[in-house]
Amino acid sequence: MTDQPATIEQVSEPRLVEAAASTTIGPVPASQPMEKSIYGFILRHSLKDQLFVVGLTAVSLPFYYLSLDLPKTIVNAINGKGLRETIDGVHLTQTGYLSLLCAAFLALVFVNGGFKYWINVLKGRLGERMLRRLRFELYHRILRFPLLQFRRTSPGELIPMITSEVEPLGGFIGDAFALPAQQGGTLLTAIFFLFVQDPVLGAAAVALYPLQGYVIPKLQRKVNQLGKQRVRTIRTLADRVGESVGGIQEIHANDSARLQLADFAERLGRIYEIRFEIYQRKFFVKFLNNMINQLTPFFFYSIGGYLVIRGQLSFGSLVAVLSAYKDLAAPWKELLDFYQTKEDCRIKYEQVVEQFQPPGLIDRSLQLAEPDNVPHLGGEIAVSKLIYSEDDRAHILNGVTASLPFGPHIAIVGSGSSGKSEFAMLLARLLVPSAGRIMIGGQDLNQMPYAVTGRRIAYVAAAAGLFAASIRENLLFGLKHRPVVPPTYDAATAKRRHKMLVEARRAGNSDFDMQADWIDYGRAEIDDSAAMTRRLLEMVEFVGMEDDIYHLGLRGRLDVKRRAEAAEGFVAARKALAELLVEAGMAHLVERFEVDRYNTNLTFSDNLLFGTPVDDTFAPARLASNPYVLQVLDKVGLTDDLIRSGLKVAETMLELFADLAPGHEFFDQFSFIAYDELPDYRAILNRASAGIERLKAADRTRLIALPFRLIETRHRLGLIDDSLRRRIVEARQVFRDDLPEALRSKIEFFDPERYNEASSILENVLFGSIAFDAAQGSSRVQELVTQVLDRMDLCPVVSEVGLDYQVGSAGSRLTVTQRQKLAIARAVIKRPDLLILNEAVAALDPAAQQQILTALREHCQGMAMIVVLQRARFARHFDHVVVMEQGRLIEQGSFAELDHPESSMTQLIEAET
Amino acid sequence: MSLLEEVELLRRVPLFADIEPAKLKLIAFTSERVTFDPDEYVFHQGDMGDAAYIIMEGDADVLIDGPGGARAVARVGRNEFIGEIAILCDVPRTASIRARSRVVTLRISKDLFFRLLTDFPKMSVTIMRVIAQRLENTTAQLRRVLAEAQLAEAEIAKAHSAEG
Repeated sequence: MTDQPATIEQVSEPRLVEAAASTTIGPVPASQPMEKSIYGFILRHSLKDQLFVVGLTAVSLPFYYLSLDLPKTIVNAINGKGLRETIDGVHLTQTGYLSLLCAAFLALVFVNGGFKYWINVLKGRLGERMLRRLRFELYHRILRFPLLQFRRTSPGELIPMITSEVEPLGGFIGDAFALPAQQGGTLLTAIFFLFVQDPVLGAAAVALYPLQGYVIPKLQRKVNQLGKQRVRTIRTLADRVGESVGGIQEIHANDSARLQLADFAERLGRIYEIRFEIYQRKFFVKFLNNMINQLTPFFFYSIGGYLVIRGQLSFGSLVAVLSAYKDLAAPWKELLDFYQTKEDCRIKYEQVVEQFQPPGLIDRSLQLAEPDNVPHLGGEIAVSKLIYSEDDRAHILNGVTASLPFGPHIAIVGSGSSGKSEFAMLLARLLVPSAGRIMIGGQDLNQMPYAVTGRRIAYVAAAAGLFAASIRENLLFGLKHRPVVPPTYDAATAKRRHKMLVEARRAGNSDFDMQADWIDYGRAEIDDSAAMTRRLLEMVEFVGMEDDIYHLGLRGRLDVKRRAEAAEGFVAARKALAELLVEAGMAHLVERFEVDRYNTNLTFSDNLLFGTPVDDTFAPARLASNPYVLQVLDKVGLTDDLIRSGLKVAETMLELFADLAPGHEFFDQFSFIAYDELPDYRAILNRASAGIERLKAADRTRLIALPFRLIETRHRLGLIDDSLRRRIVEARQVFRDDLPEALRSKIEFFDPERYNEASSILENVLFGSIAFDAAQGSSRVQELVTQVLDRMDLCPVVSEVGLDYQVGSAGSRLTVTQRQKLAIARAVIKRPDLLILNEAVAALDPAAQQQILTALREHCQGMAMIVVLQRARFARHFDHVVVMEQGRLIEQGSFAELDHPESSMTQLIEAET
Repeated sequence: MSLLEEVELLRRVPLFADIEPAKLKLIAFTSERVTFDPDEYVFHQGDMGDAAYIIMEGDADVLIDGPGGARAVARVGRNEFIGEIAILCDVPRTASIRARSRVVTLRISKDLFFRLLTDFPKMSVTIMRVIAQRLENTTAQLRRVLAEAQLAEAEIAKAHSAEG
């Protein structure tokens, strides 16, 4: 760490550029609106770079002019016989002069090429940087959107804006000034050259430009309008796809596919029309431009030719003029393209930006300020004249004025439309009051930096969100606000990292290091990551998820490199389990892996591999086409037997499933052959009747794949006899012995003495397969496994592995109850001053609700807690009860005080029973 | 035991007697073979049923909970179909089944069972016939019990009048 002091300093002082490195709120610039036009954005963030590129372009132009002028001199030099030239008193022959001129020409080619390359690299970098900045800014704006905005804009619209809509802007921004400067300069140079050659010809060359300059923008205007429409319709299309994905259950359940398809087709039709019309109009502009450009040479040939004949213009000049005019067409076309792209990008930018300027955007300085110390919240919660309304729902909170004690555990009860839920969200600062104020300890909640409210207040919603990460990461989510411990890098990585940071800053991006340890151990009152793991397991137990986590762990994989000791423990547990199974008279429930015996509870292919595939190479679905596997089968002479078995399996499947209706659920559940494939196999069977040696390779592969899936005890087809079993065990040995070096890492063989990293912990401890035909075999064996692990003190390790379980997108791989419990644990781990639960336990069954509320009450002594209850009867367990009705706070006090027949609370409780 | 042997066995179960062998093979293939150790319960009275079983080997006691604990009321053995009432009528198991010896069964899940009934109407008719038969048996039993009770009553009345 100490040998890289400079870099560490860089890393340990992370900041958001423009949010300044300051630790106080003051110097963070307040929120600025985004520039309305794309040129505003470009000028504000890249003026210097743009000027440099334009300057460079300007410097390159004289060279370009020279390269235009030189050919004329060369042609004249070739033409003028016996001409001698004197340069600085040196006499040159005609050939010598020609060589000199050609050398100069060559040099100019290199110089011009070099300039072009340099300018293009600069433009590319500039464009990419600006695109990065724009995307970052847009994403940051999403994080600053007020919650209400997400009801108006769906993710289906936001995602394409940040990803695809702004994509072309990067290329354009690089060109924004450089291209018009370069091409315009080129054009002007060429025109100037023409005028110098002959004013009349020059005038002829540009005679039609005014016309073009007038007509083209007129035509473009209509294209622009269409472009706007296109962006809008594409956006709704994206939104539509999102809706369909979200509502897929409803679509299936209501047989609404035809309606969806028709709707989608109609949208596509509209987009088709718009796009085709844009294409036609754009193409028409180009066509018109081309036509006009083709007309100009007419003037050259007629007027220029006349002047040469009359001797008023040299022949060389006319050739040079013609070649210069050819050069004129290219920049003109480039400028026209640029104009069209510019209009396109202008519209795209404006249409994106207007979506990212919602009213009520969270103040950037409040969001990002990092105060020196984050003060604790305390003192009374004073709410005055609090009004909250949404677009179409006026006065959800209708002037709430109250003071709530900070400390006693408060229950808020009321009907669904009482505003209790919004009240909790206002207290958690997730919503912003329409009018009125919330003061905590004399400070306005909505004026505090988010660093205070987000760390001192914890909030759990009725349907809490998780992120697509491990359970551990999700639990620690509330403790990651800024990098706490910088990572240690070796010199090379540090250098690369430094470069990345500099680049991030240049694009106005965040330069916090993702590799740093972000966990705020101090606030969780924990020393290190080992203690944190223990803490997480405690919390998991606290919310009653210890069994879930343990079982996820059993099915999870152990990182052997980090936990070599635990791996040895599991191998020992494997032996202990074997003994225990015998002791308990349950040995027949597990068929252990024995290298010299066929395992009747494994598939045929697993028997061959006798190991766990590490990646796709030996994955079951691809095994029959794996060249190495086929080679092994050939070597032990199993191929033909397998093909014959395959034929029998196919015959059986055809017999069993052939006359079932397509889409019958048996195909998915039981058949080895899908409905669509039945005719294929029927054909293969036909071909095979002529002798299996005449089957093609593809047929053979398909046939071999069938018996590979057989599990003897499960499918009971009686196709695997003793001799086949013996030879499979032989093949297993050959497979191992012959395995080429390159494939060694693709499979982990079953080895009684070694931990198998590719398998789950459970599979490792079992080291065998549970008998398919034993009643409740799996649960009975698992009980014993747990007994063994418990005895050997390995259960905590299993649970730790369980913490690494990936919860899937938005936690979709967990149940609603599990998600809710984790969210509560996540809130408590933060050790907030104020914990707000907004009907957070409603998804749990009543007994679990009661249990978790009691546990929370106990655990959160000395911490303020506000719980919005779905059922008023749970209020009796709280210190203080607040009753709300129709957006007003109508009574508050202890449960005992409110527990009389006239109180609204009593009525609410009675209404429930 | 292979699928073919199971098919042979299924043919001897009255419920499946009328079903063609090819379909029996499908039934055998799509159902699971489950083995129970002696004294192990196939299912418990009061549980919700999720499957029916055909006994292929061994025998088991039918137990009914009574005031004095579970009481064996009958015995089931090879070729018998058990547990179908709970999945047909969605009622809890009306009795417990406990293996007396090692019992090998073919387990037909509720889903599979209904699938079979819809796919093979013949089977529904057979099931109906079997159940009607059982009802008839039960009614006959009831008739007999009632007749015996009447007889007993009459005798008691006769005894009374004789005394009187």
